[in-house]
Amino acid sequence: MASTISHPGRSPRRARTLMTAAAAAALALSGCSAIGASGSDGDATSSASGSSGTVTLVTHDSFGLSDGILDDFTKQTGLTVKVVQPGDAGTLVNQLVLTKDAPLGDLAYGIDNSFASRAIDEGVVVPYTSTAPAAKDGEQYAVGDSGALTAVDMGDVCINTDHTWFQQHGLAEPTSLDDLTKPEYKDLLVVPNAVTSSPGLAFLLATVGAFGEDGWQDYWTKLKANGLKVADGWTEAYMTDFTAGGGNGPRPIVLSYASSPPYTVPDGGTEPTTGALLDTCFRQVEYAGVLAGAKNPTGAQKLLDFLLSDEVQDDIPGSMYMYPISSTATLPDDWAQWAPLATKPFTVAPDEITQNREAWLADWSETVIG
Amino acid sequence: MTTATTTRPDLPVTGGPGRVVRPRPSGGTVVFWAVAVAVPLLFLGVFFAWPVVVMVGKGFVADGHLDLSGFAEVFSRPRTWRIVGLTLAQASIATVVSVLLGVPGAYVLYRRRFRGRGAVRALVTVPFVLPTVVVGVAFRSLLVDGGPLGFLHLDGTFAAIVSALVFFNYAVVVRAVGGLWERLDPRAAQAARALGASPWRAFRTVTLPALTPAIASAASLTFLFCATAFGTVLVLGGLQFGTVETEIWIQTTQFLDLRAAAVLSVVQLVIVAGVLVVAGRARSRQERALALGAPAQTVRPLTFRRPAGRPRGDGHAAALGAVAVTAAVVVLLALPLVNLVVRSLRVGDRWGVDHYTSLGTTGGALTVTVWQATLNSLRVAVDATVLALVVGGLVALVVSRRPRRVAGRRAVAGLDALFMLPLGVSAVTVGFGFLLSMHRPFGLDVDLRTSPVLVPIAQAVVAVPLVVRTVLPVLRAIDPRLREAAATLGAGPGRVLRTVDLTIAARSVGLAVGFAFAASLGEFGATSFLARPDRPTLPVVIFRLIGRPGADTYGMALAASVVLAVLTAGIVAACERLRAAGTGGEW
Repeated sequence: MASTISHPGRSPRRARTLMTAAAAAALALSGCSAIGASGSDGDATSSASGSSGTVTLVTHDSFGLSDGILDDFTKQTGLTVKVVQPGDAGTLVNQLVLTKDAPLGDLAYGIDNSFASRAIDEGVVVPYTSTAPAAKDGEQYAVGDSGALTAVDMGDVCINTDHTWFQQHGLAEPTSLDDLTKPEYKDLLVVPNAVTSSPGLAFLLATVGAFGEDGWQDYWTKLKANGLKVADGWTEAYMTDFTAGGGNGPRPIVLSYASSPPYTVPDGGTEPTTGALLDTCFRQVEYAGVLAGAKNPTGAQKLLDFLLSDEVQDDIPGSMYMYPISSTATLPDDWAQWAPLATKPFTVAPDEITQNREAWLADWSETVIG
Repeated sequence: MTTATTTRPDLPVTGGPGRVVRPRPSGGTVVFWAVAVAVPLLFLGVFFAWPVVVMVGKGFVADGHLDLSGFAEVFSRPRTWRIVGLTLAQASIATVVSVLLGVPGAYVLYRRRFRGRGAVRALVTVPFVLPTVVVGVAFRSLLVDGGPLGFLHLDGTFAAIVSALVFFNYAVVVRAVGGLWERLDPRAAQAARALGASPWRAFRTVTLPALTPAIASAASLTFLFCATAFGTVLVLGGLQFGTVETEIWIQTTQFLDLRAAAVLSVVQLVIVAGVLVVAGRARSRQERALALGAPAQTVRPLTFRRPAGRPRGDGHAAALGAVAVTAAVVVLLALPLVNLVVRSLRVGDRWGVDHYTSLGTTGGALTVTVWQATLNSLRVAVDATVLALVVGGLVALVVSRRPRRVAGRRAVAGLDALFMLPLGVSAVTVGFGFLLSMHRPFGLDVDLRTSPVLVPIAQAVVAVPLVVRTVLPVLRAIDPRLREAAATLGAGPGRVLRTVDLTIAARSVGLAVGFAFAASLGEFGATSFLARPDRPTLPVVIFRLIGRPGADTYGMALAASVVLAVLTAGIVAACERLRAAGTGGEW
């Protein structure tokens, strides 16, 4: 029947189509395929964490340890770690809550103090007391008395300033939250959105801690009147709006972390060009907990102990950009020198956050976004 | 060599042969069509409809019984109405602007020939796949106070969101409309002109109606993309311009208020279904016999001077106008991209390729190098493309049929709309739905939630509508006389399908592959909620890099984005070439 549509132009085209099909098939067969390659990685689609030989870590997108560290865990315990990352830090707990009848793995890591109570109240995690020495260091951050979450690392969310900009403009830098509402700092501050970004929420909590449950709204009203800019996330605020974040934006005051300044040491320079205001900070603590219904609870406990070991704790600043909870871990030199933690960060109790998060965020949107 | 073809194979073609008396379908034929309908339905049902139903159902079931009080509550909030209004406003304005700019663009890029046309076509497709976070950087650093376009004071405005949505979707209109326009026989318009119609009148009464099905199709795609845009809205405008999609995201991921999220998902579904119905009507009302020609006959070289011997008032001025509009749009599209490239080459106070050389490292922030992540992306994209091509190809084949019975035609139209839905339903709903439904699906002892297999599948669900919209117009344009002639000469139904439909459809495969591949490379919607194993793809790596302080990781993130853009442009251009080579002299 080929004669009906036969045409001189057809043969080369057909040859080409065949070639394409062949190339596609070859690509797929030669392992240029995720499905094809999955088998070789020992990935078990069935019984994800069923065997005693595997322990599954459920964590957020920012998780990552230096090469070889998880292999050391395997050497020590014979357990292979499978890492699954269902989303960013803000959505992790809600995903764990939704899947609690059939958990995604054995150990959850990366639950922060703004979501910690919800995780415990919903019964996502079960109690476990680690015997690792660092567990003692983290006790001061314990959530309630259930013992279901163990602090692994922490960080301070603080206002950062661009020293260079303030020098060039001959203006004294702000030092406190109240300073930010003064007229000389009009139109200079940018913060991430509290509803869509976890450092944004942390800063809202800092103001709740500083001005009380009934006072923070007034403070934000003043900030807004003083030309506050709200960016969507930390990336947008720091990279695009901040003067020293790489994007050469217009605003020299930004909400970031106590650990950001060391990354602004210029090539060939010795000092960072930015600094953190340590009287404006809120402490974020990240916890790990054994998941209820874990297939390998002992493996999960071993992995939690390992997360508290100094091998992992030493690696956390470089790879995950947080401070170790262990008092015996060593900080990178530039962190030790240029990124001290706040001595008196603002705090809000985790259960209070869980109770009020929605109302506070609604208030905040009303006040700031309008 | 131009053949009159029809997009409605059931219409009698004037002067054509009488209807062939069709034999009763054989058992094999029935089985084939049953499979062709069942496979895509099963795929969509398992990997789209079921997760969505499970997720939405969770919001409507409280303590074991149905609870619809969420509707009254959500609709009593003034915020809900504002959000619905903003969603409609953003999506409609962006769609109208995309169409107004895209139609002249389709003319210039598909109806005229000039040096560098392939490069321009590839360039306009790049925005379609860039991760929002990168577009956020590329766009906002232009618009921010003190930026190159800061004087416009667009940062954080409604206009900024709309322009970003147009930035993303311009290519959708240009490609969909251009694909048809390229083949439209110019002689009908020429005849109108010869009878005294002005160029504008000839365009309005002859060309435009012929293009309407393609324009309606492109507009509905654009509307769906805009109505479900999430990152673009948040990054460029912020929550004051929140849409149904951003609200579903907030209610689900931040507040875990599944009741409100479920109500909003239903609202979204109603809006999307409404749009699909309207677009379907507009399409079918105008769908009729079209005289198509090979691009070789219809595409003219682009000249700025009026060709010798052509009288005034021949539409040359209008053509120049289209060229001017398109040139302006291309410059505007290129601005953020150029901005991205320039910034990726900036190392401290000097210029250099340092950020590109560091792509071979983990930059201290990653578990793999950017090149490994690129390979991961390509692997996933190959799987997603193959899946989308099989499923989308079958859907297009089924939908291209025109059953004689009204019920059959309705079923076909319903199937067509059904497979567009994945573009119009919130990625959060689908993503969270996967988490809820893919643990031991149908009692099988498989936990698909944490399996790498789910990633390409989730991407294929989004790519299928693009494949259908690309392949379908070609299948619908097949002259039914070809099939009838084949049958008369003794070919069985299977052979007719193979030698007529499949052979002709293969010509659009290049374009479909390009579209599906690009969609997979850039997809960061539902996939970002899957429990992905630690095998990060390029958009994920870019996201991680740009989430850390330090000029070096920032530079690396931008360099990685340029790699993604170049990769996409390269693949799209290669597929275009494949298509160009494949279409020569076919008609």
